[in-house]
Amino acid sequence: MADVLKKVPVREQDPKVRATNFDEVCLGYNKEEAMAEAERCLHCKNAKCIQGCPVNINIPDFIAEVKAGNFEEAYKVISQSSALPAICGRVCPQESQCEGKCIRGIKGEAVSIGKLERFVADWARENGIKPPAPAAKNGHKVAVIGSGPSGLTCAGDLAKLGYDVTIFEALHEPGGVLVYGIPEFRLPKLDVVAKEVENVKSLGVKIETNVIIGKSVKIDELLDEEGFEAVFIGSGAGLPMFMGIPGETAKGVFSANEFLTRNNLMKAFRDDYDTPIVHGKKVAVVGGGNVAMDAARTALRLGAEVHIVYRRSEAELPARAEEVHHAKEEGIIFDLLTNPKEILVDENDAVAGIRCIRMELGEPDASGRRRPVEIPGSEFDIDVDTVIMSLGTSPNPLISSTTIGLDTNKRKCIIADETTGQTSKDGVFAGGDAVTGAATVILAMGAGKAAAKGIDEFLKAKNN
Amino acid sequence: MYKILEAGKLAGNIYQMVVEAPRVAKHCLPGQFVIVKADEVGERIPLTICDYDREAGTITIVFMPIGASTEKFAKLKAGDSFRDFVGPLGCPSELCEEANLEETRKKKILFVAGGVGTAPVYPQMKWLHEHGIDADVIVGAKTKDLVILEDKFKSVAGNLYVTTDDGSYGRSGMVTKVIEDLVTKEGKTYDHCVAIGPMIMMKFCCLTTKKFNIPTVVSMNPIMVDGTGMCGACRVIVGDEVKFACVDGPEFDGHKIDFDGAMKRQTLYKTEEGKALLRLREGETHHGGCGNCGGDK
Repeated sequence: MADVLKKVPVREQDPKVRATNFDEVCLGYNKEEAMAEAERCLHCKNAKCIQGCPVNINIPDFIAEVKAGNFEEAYKVISQSSALPAICGRVCPQESQCEGKCIRGIKGEAVSIGKLERFVADWARENGIKPPAPAAKNGHKVAVIGSGPSGLTCAGDLAKLGYDVTIFEALHEPGGVLVYGIPEFRLPKLDVVAKEVENVKSLGVKIETNVIIGKSVKIDELLDEEGFEAVFIGSGAGLPMFMGIPGETAKGVFSANEFLTRNNLMKAFRDDYDTPIVHGKKVAVVGGGNVAMDAARTALRLGAEVHIVYRRSEAELPARAEEVHHAKEEGIIFDLLTNPKEILVDENDAVAGIRCIRMELGEPDASGRRRPVEIPGSEFDIDVDTVIMSLGTSPNPLISSTTIGLDTNKRKCIIADETTGQTSKDGVFAGGDAVTGAATVILAMGAGKAAAKGIDEFLKAKNN
Repeated sequence: MYKILEAGKLAGNIYQMVVEAPRVAKHCLPGQFVIVKADEVGERIPLTICDYDREAGTITIVFMPIGASTEKFAKLKAGDSFRDFVGPLGCPSELCEEANLEETRKKKILFVAGGVGTAPVYPQMKWLHEHGIDADVIVGAKTKDLVILEDKFKSVAGNLYVTTDDGSYGRSGMVTKVIEDLVTKEGKTYDHCVAIGPMIMMKFCCLTTKKFNIPTVVSMNPIMVDGTGMCGACRVIVGDEVKFACVDGPEFDGHKIDFDGAMKRQTLYKTEEGKALLRLREGETHHGGCGNCGGDK
């Protein structure tokens, strides 16, 4: 008899094997495992997990269907709230959302809601189940900027309500961060992302790639000339930050965005693609977030010895615990309480090492975390040939700087109402990282969902 | 898909194509660029816009095959298509903005065009000509057969000075020599210079114009991926600031650019690109042993 306090374990690729390939790390539940895990759900009347979900999936109901073996019904329950379950089941930080609220978690381990969601979505895909067909078209056109998580969600929800939706994507493939940012081994592109994008298209959503709003066409033209009655901006986070230390423009220093884009969107890891990428022998990734873990584990798979260089201690690592755990299992070296001072370069201006200083934790700072302070005289060099900066991003000004009447805050994020997505400009809504700064896939989806509702209410009021 | 309406050689190994891209053609201005991708597996290659026709909805690009991706471009013919063609990217040339017209009219302007970089100079001069400003231009090429767009420049320039490195046509010597001669021997004065061409040419142009105190703008074409500010690959040092060529540029104050650093960065993928090129040229018949392609691993 299985221990009811513990999750049914999920099968994973062996760390030694997966460190050499780009196949998915987590293999997911099979039918039997999913049904066994579903048994653990207490089906709470006042289900806290639903409140913990930014898109409020009816979790106990879908799990009850899994328990009964009705996987198609389970998929229908999830589809009422989410257009991207195969993605969320893989990349949501469930431990701080649905699973963080699970009553099972008080005495033992929470129900493995994320893995169950993933199972249901994968089962539906493998069995050719599509989301339910949308309502009849209502003839009103809405433009969605960006085909990342917030844009896809907003577009999907609006299409379900009968709107004629066109998504404009700046890159050559739809998916946004799901395609350029999150690596193949966490989120397979062809089997998962492309299929969920197809599902959104099957609702009638059109996607036009290679259109940069603010450059190829401006928001006012979409509204005034192209017949769109409302616009949703889900353009994502944007510009990578650097440290401003000497040597940062040397050959072999990359932003995590560049490194990951070359590998994920441009598929540099595959021999049949033309994209070049530097196969470092020793790589330092500066930063401790999920993107840093993704960059580190990608460099490892390309054959490097990889160091994470982070200025605080392990407790403060902003990455999900699961990602840190996976990274360690695969052999990533963590140089904690360590901060770069300078990137050392050789005579060809190529990276020859990274000079760091040891840190200790002092008094708490504005974020409530203990402030790291330098230990004088503790400088030392790490021998690396590649440095990847993963320090976060700031919003891209392409849209805000070309749209009159669209207000931004002092961090250059677009100001939008949290419940409706309404911006300072009539008919223009926004959500996701463009509004919040870099955050998570599911928060962006939540914002896309809220904005779809906001746009629907706005257009109903306007057209009455 | 973006249909190629015309394709041909301008000279030597320099190709010109006219591509259907109505969204780009509607908004682009001289100085801006596009990113072009041949097929599913190709790279994203930034190319400066060399002409545009708003009514026909077309963009003209000029390129010289130097790597696997541009070799692929060269194989395409009229009637074929690029898979991806996105733009306009970057900021327009400051000279070609209506708002600056008053200021620009007061200036005596010299363009310096080198090699394949000659092509993006043309739309700037054409725009100025259409706004009643005829600037001078030095067109430099290695040899007579590589001089491009001479007739087009004649129709929009004040004075056109063609020079070849080997002296086979026009004046003889590098463009920098022509700048020196014009200013020191031929009594020309200029208040503004725009230099576009190979990085090394722009560097020496800037050293020359600095001597004569002529403010000089250059157009940088560094390594790029997305072209929208997301990847940071295209960062260049301008003065003591780090700028992204794709969103802050591509045109910068040439007297403040760290050319040596920029040229070193340019070599980053040389060997990787070489590998891709070998694979393309020799395909299945190449099985390693060259020491470069990794095909024997």
